[in-house]
Parts: sequence; structure tokens; C-alpha cells
Amino acid sequence: MDKRQKEINNLKDYKYGFSTDIENIQAPKGLNEEVIKFISNIKKEPAWMLDFRLKAFERFKVLKEPDWQKPKFPKIDYQDLYYYSAPKSMKDKPKSLDELDPKLLETYKKLGIPLQEQARLNGIAVDAVFDSVSVATTFKDELTKQGIIFCPISEAIQNHPELVKKYLGSVIPTSDHFFATLNSAVFTDGSFVYIPEGVRCPMELSTYFRINASNTGQFERTLIIADKGSYVSYLEGCTAPMRDENQLHAANVELIALDDAEIKYSTVQNWYPGDKDGKGGIYNFVTKRGLCKGKNSKISWTQVETGSAITWKYPSCILKGDNSVGEFYSIAITNNHQKADTGTKMIHLGKNTKSKIISKGISAGSSDMTYRGLVDISSKAKNSNNYTQCDSLLMGNKCGAHTVPYIKNKNSESNIAHEATTSKISEEQLHYCQQRGLNPEEAVGLIVNGFCKEVLQQLPMEFAVEAQKLVGISLEGSVG
Amino acid sequence: MKEQLQKDFDNSIKNLSLSQKDIEIKKFCLGNFIDKGFPNRKEEDWKFSDLNQIIKKNIGELSFYNDQASTNKVDTSVFVDGLEHNKIVFINGRIEKIDFEYEKKDQIEIIDQSETINEFKNSNSLSDLNNAFTNKCFKILVKKNYQLVKPLIIYHTTNSKIWSKNINLRLNFELDKDSSLRLIDLFNDTSEKNFLNIFYNFELKENAVLKNYKVDKLENKNIKYSFNNIDQDKNSISETFILSSGSNFSKNEINCNLNGLYASAFVNGIFSLNNYKHHEIRSIINHLTENTKSYQLIKSVLDESSKAVYQGKIFVNSDAQKTDGYQLSKAILLNKESEFNAKPELEIYADDVKCSHGSASGSLNEDSIFYLMSRGLSYQQSRELLINGFLLDVVEKITDSEIKNLLKNMIGIKE
Repeated sequence: MDKRQKEINNLKDYKYGFSTDIENIQAPKGLNEEVIKFISNIKKEPAWMLDFRLKAFERFKVLKEPDWQKPKFPKIDYQDLYYYSAPKSMKDKPKSLDELDPKLLETYKKLGIPLQEQARLNGIAVDAVFDSVSVATTFKDELTKQGIIFCPISEAIQNHPELVKKYLGSVIPTSDHFFATLNSAVFTDGSFVYIPEGVRCPMELSTYFRINASNTGQFERTLIIADKGSYVSYLEGCTAPMRDENQLHAANVELIALDDAEIKYSTVQNWYPGDKDGKGGIYNFVTKRGLCKGKNSKISWTQVETGSAITWKYPSCILKGDNSVGEFYSIAITNNHQKADTGTKMIHLGKNTKSKIISKGISAGSSDMTYRGLVDISSKAKNSNNYTQCDSLLMGNKCGAHTVPYIKNKNSESNIAHEATTSKISEEQLHYCQQRGLNPEEAVGLIVNGFCKEVLQQLPMEFAVEAQKLVGISLEGSVG
Repeated sequence: MKEQLQKDFDNSIKNLSLSQKDIEIKKFCLGNFIDKGFPNRKEEDWKFSDLNQIIKKNIGELSFYNDQASTNKVDTSVFVDGLEHNKIVFINGRIEKIDFEYEKKDQIEIIDQSETINEFKNSNSLSDLNNAFTNKCFKILVKKNYQLVKPLIIYHTTNSKIWSKNINLRLNFELDKDSSLRLIDLFNDTSEKNFLNIFYNFELKENAVLKNYKVDKLENKNIKYSFNNIDQDKNSISETFILSSGSNFSKNEINCNLNGLYASAFVNGIFSLNNYKHHEIRSIINHLTENTKSYQLIKSVLDESSKAVYQGKIFVNSDAQKTDGYQLSKAILLNKESEFNAKPELEIYADDVKCSHGSASGSLNEDSIFYLMSRGLSYQQSRELLINGFLLDVVEKITDSEIKNLLKNMIGIKE
């Protein structure tokens, strides 16, 4: 098989596996104060931001890499990574899409996100993050009219320091766990969203993350603030080229919902999962945390996790405001040698708080999947409610599916209900579908989509279609 | 604590006639325990119950040496009335009486195993402590085809004559092919603030049936840890029932290995707590081969700042196809300060299985109370009726009718 043919075959498995040849500016390899200063400097950050980073780095030095998770991985050499990588043409930021490096535009077109078209067609506002920097944000004008700020976080640090200063690190402090702290020290870019009081964001906001350079960690930071009475729906998509080595992705996402505000955060994560033998792939160690700060606020996480060699994340809600609501809908699919340890934390602090967790895990091949979650109702969270349902589906006897829920109820006026099941696709269901003319693979796809329906329904329309396809693709070759 | 341990250890070794090898093993175990200390919340299994802190807070410094030379008088008043039974009596950690009066003598063998120290799978530092300080260990062997006519009751009694603050017990049971045993553990503690560390090992051969009922009902200030290891062969059945109520702190651990085809394990438990008590049940059911079954039901009624913890794990090996595993824990919190923590865990490596768990906790249903009160019951009566019904569910799972009635009377549950 010649090289070209090989490439085509590879692309069949993971169609986002191409890489773009583009000149990069990289920070010196390794992690030290110099590198942090380099990042801060190249981004022309104010002094308080550098302090924030250095404070986090101080803390990082004493922290140990956690080891309680189910998927074990070889030790990461944090000194062997590039912490900053940016397309050269981004050094002096282009003013508009027309000035953007055509190669970058080409990349995003290949990914199915034609930025230029998007500017014309009505639809979703996209912030595209390429390796370490945000390359383009569309629909800016329209959003600005309503007072909505949607821009790369590095821009926000310069243009809206009062907001960033107030909220950055307020949900995930610099003294948090290992990977979150690492991110605080070295984060490069990400999205910043601010929805002013009473505004309902007229369109879906979306960020597209792409890791391109090899040996790079991507550390992006997203901060979303929904002011009183506002609403925003935010989408996140991710891909990476196929490489033999493992790449680290440790992002931090902070959401803050003030009184009566609602944030809906959807993720379709399709990082490169590694090849059939488990070689390569992204380590997706992400910290996502939302704070329902105000009364009657609501934060809803929806995630479809199909990619990454290892997914290790727990999008959480801290329900601080009275009557606040937290939701978590998740589909996690692992195939081949993928591993996932994911779930959520619902921390009830305010009165009359409600949370709902629906988690669907599907494991096939030699993969391993764990749902790990915490529901904690504190003694002051009177009249709170939680409902949790986590179902797992197993395909084949080489994979594993595990459920590890932690349930803490300290309030007698609050109720918690938790259910979990593990099963396989029944022979009867398969038989029924096949009888009606579906081949086994289609039949499995149909049944799995039905299994996931509750979660898929939560996704915004455009994403739901993509996610549904993704579910089918991820399981290809797992039947029989 | 280290000096105390060493001193008490030397004392207890002196009074035992052990071979040099055994002393070495015991020393090794002691060393392990000194290194690790009592389990604390940093260990995942003890996350919800920090034994180290609990002992510090409730007892303070422990002492470990028990003089086994002098006998204790057996107080017959604690014996259960109205049920003919065989007896083993422990008083302050010393076996005072073994009496199988209702059974054929040649069918039951009691073997002194004081010299053999068996390592427990899934061991923690408490098994080291137990190994270091147990001084008499018996194995009760029920021979092939023999079903005990009457249940065996083990009386665990402590009284004010107790020497030290810590008691370590160990018993081994072997149920040979087609045999059966009904075993009740009854705790009668009148001593104050001791730490009891009890290890049982059960070996169930083909078709053997074990029914173990652990009853901790009498109010006492002791801290209790009990570990049951059950190994099950083909077609064997184990049934464990736990009433967790009397002690200040208690943790029951069940580790069950379903090694043979069609083996099944049942674990049922009731927490009935008040007054700052803190109890835990942790069960690990290992489905290691095909067609095995497990069922667990744990219900809690928690009053007055009490705390209950249930950690249940169903493990299914990749060979264990057609496993049927079920686990349900429910809790009623009666008081603002009471707390229920659960960690129902599934770890599954086989695809053709049916495993599920459920956990629910909350207050008494006000609608139900309203319904009963509208029919003329007082608030208190309605509450009692609802709790009675809630717990009856678990007691009804007891398969032995004789013992079911006995326990119903003990707990005070009406039908």
C-alpha cells in the first residue's frame, strides 16, 4: 500500500485527521516562569494577568498529578511540551476575515466550518481556535449591537479587564486541582462571552477548537457570564489531526449565571481518538464548572463525547442561588482502546435547587468507560431535588462499563433518586430491525440512537444532526 | 499509640505458646499496622467514615492486651428465649462456650486454627491488627450433607470486666457439599467505648447454604468493625442480613466471591439510627463466573443527627456472562441533621449481563401522612406505620420463617 492510499484509509476512520502545513510561532519547549512570561508578553497582557498566571504556577509546583482515575496513562512529561503555538500570520492580528491566512480558512472549510460563508449566512456565530490562539470570530457586529461581548479571551483581557478580573478564577480558582491550575498558568486563548442584563442572545454562539501542531498542549480557557435575566446557548466542537503521540488538552471552562439567567452549554467532542491499536490520540482532561450564582438561574451541560484517547472530565454545577437549576446530559461513546472517566457534580447549596443528570455510556471494542458523579445536598439546601439516571450499553466482552456515583444527602427535606442500569443490545431488538431490512450495523446504529435520544434532543438542531451521525460513525466496526 | 501496641503485643505473645514462625508472622502484621495506622478518610473505602478520627474522638488512646487466662462467667440471661439453638459465647473477646447440643456430634468439627493466619483478600490495616492480636481462632466445619437442625447463635458479649479497649476476633467456617448453616450474630454490649474488630471467613462448597443474621440492637457506646469474607462454589447460596442500630459506630463489610456457576448472594440490611450514631455497610459482590446472581436491599431510617453510609459494589468479570446483579438503597431522613451517603458502584467487564442499582433518599412522604391522618391516625401513629412498612420490606426478604419472626419481635416490626 503506498503512502497516499494509507492516508486515504486513515482518513476514512477519522475524517478530521489531516494536518495543516502552516508556519508556527512556538514558545520554547518546557514549563517554567520564562515560558509563562513569554505567553503573557506575546499576548500583551496587563500585569495583573501575569500575576494570576504566576500565582497559579507557584501552586502548580507543589501539586501532584492525581492518580485516582480509572483510565491509567503513561506519565506525562510536562517539560516536553510546547505551551504556546500560533500560526505565524496571527502575530499581528488580522482585522477581518479577508486578511486571514487562506490556509487557515481552508482548514476550517475542511472541517465543515466555512468561516466566510458563515459571515454571510444567518446562523451561528463562531469563534475558531487554532492551536493556541483564536483565529476568527464571526458575526461580531450583530452581537455588539445588543451589547453582547463574544471575543477571544485574550482580547477581552485587554478590552474588558473589569469583567475578566472580576470573574476569571471565581469558579475555578488558581488553587484548584492539578490540571486546572496548569491551565490557569499557561492558558493561551479561548472564548469570552458576556450577555448583558435582560438580553436573550439571538443566535447560537460557537467555538471550534483545533489542535494542529504536534507536541503541543492546548490550554484554552472559556469564560461565559450571563447577567441578570439573560440567556445564551453556546456550542463547542473539537478536532485534531492524527498523530502517533498523545497530545494533552487541558481546558478550563467557567460559567457564571446571575439572577434569572440561563446558560446552555453544548459540546460535541471529537478529538482524535487514536488508531485501532490505541496509539496516539488526545488526552482530554478538561475542567468545566458552572456557578448558578443568582436566584432562579439555570445552567445546562450537554455533551457528546466520542473522541479522545482518554476523556476525563466532570462538567459541574454549583447551585448557590435559591431556586437554581442544574442539568447534565451526556452521551459518551468509547470504541477500540478509548477510555473515558466522565460524569458530573451537582452541589446544592441554595434552597429549592434542582438538578437532573442523564448519562448514557456506550462502550465497544476494548474500551473502558466510567461514569463518576457526585450529588451533594448540603444541610442548608432545603427542599432540593435531584434525579440521576445513568445507563450503560456494552458491546462485546472486551470492554468495560462502570458506574461510580457518590450520593450525599444532608438535608431531610430534600430528595435524591438515582438509577443505573447496564445491559447489552438485546437479540430480539436486533432481530426485529434486521427482519425489516436493516443490516446489522444500521440496526445497531438505530438502537443506539434510540438509547441516546433523551440526550440528543437537548442539543441545538444543527448539532443534533451532526451528533447523531457521529454516534453512528464512532461505533462502526464494533458489531460482529 | 506505637509504644502501647508494642507493649501489649509483647504481653500477649508471652502468654501464647506459638512457634517462632508464627511469632514472626504476627510481628510482621503488627509492623504493617503500625505503618498504616487506623484507616482514615484519605482511603477511598473509608471516605465517608474516618475510623481514625472516630476512635480518637470517642475512645482516645486504645489498649490492646487482653488477659485470656481467667475465665468469665457466662450470663445465661442474655440467651434468646423461645428458639432452640446452638451457642458460641464470646465474652470480652474470649470464647467461653461452644455448644452444639442439638446436632449430631460427628457431623460438626471444631478445629483449633490459632496457628494459621489466613490473609484476607481486600485487606486493610484492620486485618493486620486482627492478625497480630487474635489469640484463639477456631474453624467450624460442617460436614458433607449435614444440615444443622437448629440455628447457631454467636453471642458477642462485653462487660465491665474487659481488660483492654480493643478486641480482635476471628472465626472460620467451612460448609462442605450440600450442608447448611443458619447463623445469628447477637451483640450484647454492656461495656463502654471499646473497639471491636471481627473477621469471619466462610467457605461454601457446592450446594451449601449459609444464612447469616447480624443483629446489633442493644444501645452501646462501642465502635465496631466486622468483615465477612464469603467464597462460594457452584450452586451455593449465601444470605446476609444486617440490623445496624445499637453501636455508636459500626461498619459491616461483606466481600463475596461468586466462584462457581449458579452461585447466588443476597445482602439485606436495615439501618435504624438515632442520637449521633454513624453506621456503614460496604458490600463487594464479585461475579467471577457465568450465571451468578446477587441481590442487595438496604433501607435506612435516620433520626437525630445520625449518619448512614452504604457503599455497594457489583463487580462483573469478563467471564461472568449472564450475571444478574441488583442493588437498591433507600433512606428516610427524619431529622434535619441526619445524613445519608451512598456510593453504589458497578464495575462491569462482560456484555451479556443485567445489572442495575438504585438509590433514593428523602423525607417521609407528607401525602402519605396526610392520607393516614385523614383516616383518623395521629401524626405519630402515621409516621410509625409508614416506617414500619418501609422496613418490613427488608425483613420479609429473610427466607427462614423461624428467624424472621424472631427478628421481627426484636426490631419491633408488626405485620
